[in-house]
Amino acid sequence: MKSKHLKSRLVTPTRRDVLRIGGGVALSAPFVGRAWAATTEINMLAWYGHGEPDMVGAFEEANNVKFVPKYYAGGDNMLALIAQSPPGTYDIILSDGEFVQQLNAAGYIEELNADDYPFDDMLHEDFTKFPGHWDGDTLYSMILRGGHLGVSYNTTAISAEEATSYDAFWKPEVKGKVGHFDWHLPSLGMMSLKNGNGANLWNIDAAQWQAVQDTTMSLRSQVGGFFDYGGTFNGLKNGEMLAMCGIGDWITGVLERDGAPVASAIPKEGGIQFTESYCIGKGSGKADLVNKFIQYMLSPEGQVKSAQMAAYPGFCVTKAGRAMLQEVDAAEAKRSHQIDGMANEPIALINEGRIHYRNIPQQQSLEDWNDFWSEYKNA
Amino acid sequence: MKRKFDLYAMTWRLPIIFWQFLFFVGPLLFMVAISFFVVKNYRMMEAFEFVNWQKMFSKGYFWDSYWYTIFIAGVSTTVAMILAFPASFTLAFRASDNLRRWAIFLLIIPFFTSYLVRTFSWYVILAESGVLNAMLAYLGLGPFKMLNTHFGTVVGYLTLTLPLVVILQTVTMASVDKTLIEAARNLGCKPLATIWRVVLPLSKTGFIVAALFCFILSFGDFVAPFYLGGSQEPTLPILILDTTKSGQQWPRAAVVAIVMMATLFTIAFAAIALAYRKGGAK
Repeated sequence: MKSKHLKSRLVTPTRRDVLRIGGGVALSAPFVGRAWAATTEINMLAWYGHGEPDMVGAFEEANNVKFVPKYYAGGDNMLALIAQSPPGTYDIILSDGEFVQQLNAAGYIEELNADDYPFDDMLHEDFTKFPGHWDGDTLYSMILRGGHLGVSYNTTAISAEEATSYDAFWKPEVKGKVGHFDWHLPSLGMMSLKNGNGANLWNIDAAQWQAVQDTTMSLRSQVGGFFDYGGTFNGLKNGEMLAMCGIGDWITGVLERDGAPVASAIPKEGGIQFTESYCIGKGSGKADLVNKFIQYMLSPEGQVKSAQMAAYPGFCVTKAGRAMLQEVDAAEAKRSHQIDGMANEPIALINEGRIHYRNIPQQQSLEDWNDFWSEYKNA
Repeated sequence: MKRKFDLYAMTWRLPIIFWQFLFFVGPLLFMVAISFFVVKNYRMMEAFEFVNWQKMFSKGYFWDSYWYTIFIAGVSTTVAMILAFPASFTLAFRASDNLRRWAIFLLIIPFFTSYLVRTFSWYVILAESGVLNAMLAYLGLGPFKMLNTHFGTVVGYLTLTLPLVVILQTVTMASVDKTLIEAARNLGCKPLATIWRVVLPLSKTGFIVAALFCFILSFGDFVAPFYLGGSQEPTLPILILDTTKSGQQWPRAAVVAIVMMATLFTIAFAAIALAYRKGGAK
């Protein structure tokens, strides 16, 4: 009898139960709603890895925000995603330096206040007035990090000395084992450098452009494939590819950390720098919060996170950031040559004139370069 | 006699007609329409211009990709049909009903896992330092370059299509009237001749459908040529990706896609016509 009564009570709630539970739910609802509302979502458009916990986790925790990343691959892809989205879709945009001008021209980004950022602490003067980031005296994008592209190679197949020239890609021993990162801009830029175009590598006339195409075509028989990030990574890791054109430490650095016999070098013909910068999306309702995040990423702590980024490393742009990296992760500072006086130290390479900032072709259209790239792949 | 309009039957037919229009005809028409649009500042603008068609048709790399895609899909289809036949024949004529049912069930299992995952697993097997080359090394052979080659692409295509081809061939041959085979043998027809003159003609429709499916899947596949073929040479699906990636030329990608569909329609109609053409064993 007692158990029957108990069973009945469990299955059939009394009016008092309903009132008690219902009242509790009703009273707690506003708090539940407030708790949800308190976490602010920040929509980020970036290269892969920038919205991952190793980069944004600490900021999210400290500021009760949640980053919602949308990743792209390539500046064209980024511009298209923004063009196809309503204003205010993205609160923060990580852009390659050479595409900021186009973001600004299209009115996709907000002005920034230069006083908010540590311009007096930059490792190089170029970073304070980076091409395209400013329109007159108005700042539109804040430099975050950079990386250098050159000859990436397997150290068992190519010596450090051989890697001091792009000729390494033509070495008979690596025939069929030279890979391309499947984006025309860095690879064709490197071919332009090999042809001796130096600082004018992006500003080439018709004859020079033809010469770049001829040089590139002469490499075709050496090429073993065209890869995206994952394929490039795998190709180098499993030894299928012994040299890779169009990349740099941003990929070999990750493999090097795991002990793979790969490295990247800046050849004597010169290297290319990719530069990544933050912009605030036009119409973002969270500009203050995004600005705070950009300041955080320019702080020593943020710069260290950027240098240690799990997806792909980049070098610090502030002196304080570099100093902190040397202090907290001396191994990474050494591996990435971010110590004054070291060979291939990034800032020294810029000062020596061996580094050229990645840009888009000046006398040809991107379409011309892309068309040739398709022809090259089919050759 | 005039047929009476049957509202009840029409009610049951309408959902599938509506579905086809909404998810096939509609998007197809939209794709045709955007092939005439233009891209300005990375944004697609409505227009009616033939510039995308002219551009793609005038480019050598488009035709190179086109013929290569037909060639490599054709190779994949031929290899799949030949490799599948002994297994299908055994399952159809030598295996018990129970074993055949189990075999077909096991052949379906690969479809439970992601094709991309199955493709990536070939990295471990086909790499120069991989399992296959390690085994060949014991025989004093190799190492052979298998990844980022045409061979790699075909292996990827077969990963996608071979189980399906085996199933279709098996089901087709299992339904062949066994008494006809016995009659041929009793009349002195040798085993290979029996296959050639009795089994294959009677299985013609199923075989053509299997080959057609294999070709269609290979022709439109992006994963195998990209990840196992190293994008060289690029197939049409890779060209679509390249076209959209650089400059966001969706209208030009639409041109490539329409050409692909037109090609497949032509091949499919020709194959179906061949499959149901009157005439049998001579």
